[in-house]
Amino acid sequence: MSLTQLSAFEVARKVRSGELKASDVAQAALAQISAIDGVPGSLEPVSLSPDEESKVHAFIQVTQDLALAQAEKVDQKIANGEEPGLLAGVPLSVKDIFCVEGTRTTAASKIIANFMSPYTATSVKRLTDAGALILGKVNLDEFTFGSSNESSAFQPSTNNPWQTEYVPGGSSGGSAASVASEEVALSLGTDTGGSIRQPAAFCGVVGLKPSYGRVSRLGLIAFASSLDCPGPLSRNVRDTALMLQVMAGVDPQDSTSSTLPVGNYLDALEQDLKGLRIGLSPDYEAIYYPDLESGELHTEPVQKEVHDAVLRAAEILAKAGAEIIENVPMPNTRYGIPTYFVISRVEAASNLHRFDGVKYGYRTPENVNNLNELYRRSRAEGFGLEPKLRILMGMYVSAAEHASDYYQKALKVRTMIRSDFEQVFDPGGAYRLDALLTPTTATTAFKRKAVYGNSVLMQYSDQMTVASNHAGVPALTLPGGLDENGLPIGIQLIGNDFREDMILRIGHGFEQLTADETWRKARPQVLQGEVKA
Amino acid sequence: MTTKRISPELFEKLVGLAALELTAEESAYLFEEMNHQLASVEALSQIPLPGDIQPSLHGLEPQGAPPRPDDWQPFAAPEKIIALAPETEDGMIAVPDVKGAK
Repeated sequence: MSLTQLSAFEVARKVRSGELKASDVAQAALAQISAIDGVPGSLEPVSLSPDEESKVHAFIQVTQDLALAQAEKVDQKIANGEEPGLLAGVPLSVKDIFCVEGTRTTAASKIIANFMSPYTATSVKRLTDAGALILGKVNLDEFTFGSSNESSAFQPSTNNPWQTEYVPGGSSGGSAASVASEEVALSLGTDTGGSIRQPAAFCGVVGLKPSYGRVSRLGLIAFASSLDCPGPLSRNVRDTALMLQVMAGVDPQDSTSSTLPVGNYLDALEQDLKGLRIGLSPDYEAIYYPDLESGELHTEPVQKEVHDAVLRAAEILAKAGAEIIENVPMPNTRYGIPTYFVISRVEAASNLHRFDGVKYGYRTPENVNNLNELYRRSRAEGFGLEPKLRILMGMYVSAAEHASDYYQKALKVRTMIRSDFEQVFDPGGAYRLDALLTPTTATTAFKRKAVYGNSVLMQYSDQMTVASNHAGVPALTLPGGLDENGLPIGIQLIGNDFREDMILRIGHGFEQLTADETWRKARPQVLQGEVKA
Repeated sequence: MTTKRISPELFEKLVGLAALELTAEESAYLFEEMNHQLASVEALSQIPLPGDIQPSLHGLEPQGAPPRPDDWQPFAAPEKIIALAPETEDGMIAVPDVKGAK
């Protein structure tokens, strides 16, 4: 097994014991990126050769010097007999929406393409303080607004490592692809409506949206402040637990970060599944979307292979002693997307007002007559189509004359979505669930350009994930098999408030129970035919 | 059921309020997409709500630390912040004339 194939847990164990040097791990990761990533995302027009078309393109910026310096520091600590941290020598990529001092933080947008972070996000700092090595900043949909990575202003956008003509999902597509293609062991992403889980599912990796407030948002460029959650992506559940362990906890500089004690997520993995109550809900078997002209609701069942993977997972967990509770009602899940269209757009429009060509970022080079013209020109030239659409929609639904129909109503529907979860997780209620088991996405990955441009259809790809964001509860996606085209299927475990330990425990159990299955031996296309040292 | 549509006039007003300028091509696309999204959002109007239901600004109410004291804490390296501005004069961020013609 090559160094790049090692889990974060194994890398840290070997580095901490002196069996491996962090510098060698960093060099191996850099070599892997050099071999399979291709040209980094750029604002400049690019014409790609067929060979480049089939590369991963996860990175906007490879931070070679930073990674090597951090590795040297870890090696020095070990040589000095000092504690190097739980993530000693572990290669990490960071979604380019987090501030990392000394690096550009672009949000994949022209409007802040030249922004140099003056400080480092709390989540990133905790990871590097624990010995992680930042290999670079990875691509995303512009300002995280999308589910395919294609809206990035930095092209080429990321491809799916399993089959490069497919999208990696989004918005943390660069994160998921960099982990799946073994460029890094861990990635830091964000999840506002499914932006960790959907790409993790499409790329066959593990991703966790923690409870709202479990991980600090300081240093994250905000999309929708009441929904945004930083979280881990990795190739197995143990690594996700390890990364969360390091990041979680109150931050005095984020008043929404929770003061509740952080659990021991690694210890939780050692417990068995006997007696746990895991629910299946008919409300996660289809997506409901409107006809764009008539507004009539259509129902589209979840892709059969995805549905079958969920049922199969339930059978496997039942054999290990879990109790499967069927027909759990989650009746308000279907309203997740309309509610999201309102709440997330209102918050996005508010957060995007700060980008105006004055304090930082892009300013129009044109001569302007006054400050208003400067604002309009800079924003017109700096923002891509998707941010413009979200600003306009957010302003419309929050306008005084419409707010009671849309924004106020959406906030009340959010209460109803939350109450679904409260009822099924209530320890004194009828269902008393430890977790809900659902598909992560209604389909496996779609092809590039198949959906991009249709903002409604793109948004509905988050229907299985978005309710957890409205409710604030934690949710984990992990691989559950492959479809007939060899594309990964994601299954999702949703837990009660701050019960990340529970969904990690169940997810880890499923991983162990299926460790020898044939589908787990499949490798992404970009890794096939590699000659490993 | 027919869906509500945003009028072209209202759309133009929103573009102005958003401090944006759009090309004709952008306008045509964004106008259509906004109306398509409205078809989804209109589903909210069909949802019966219990009369006493309260709005939720957060799904999981923040259980964070109380706000820290409102004490002035200078940023360690203000020159890093100023250096990010597109135009500066004497350590200040510079902008065009606020009101009108130069």
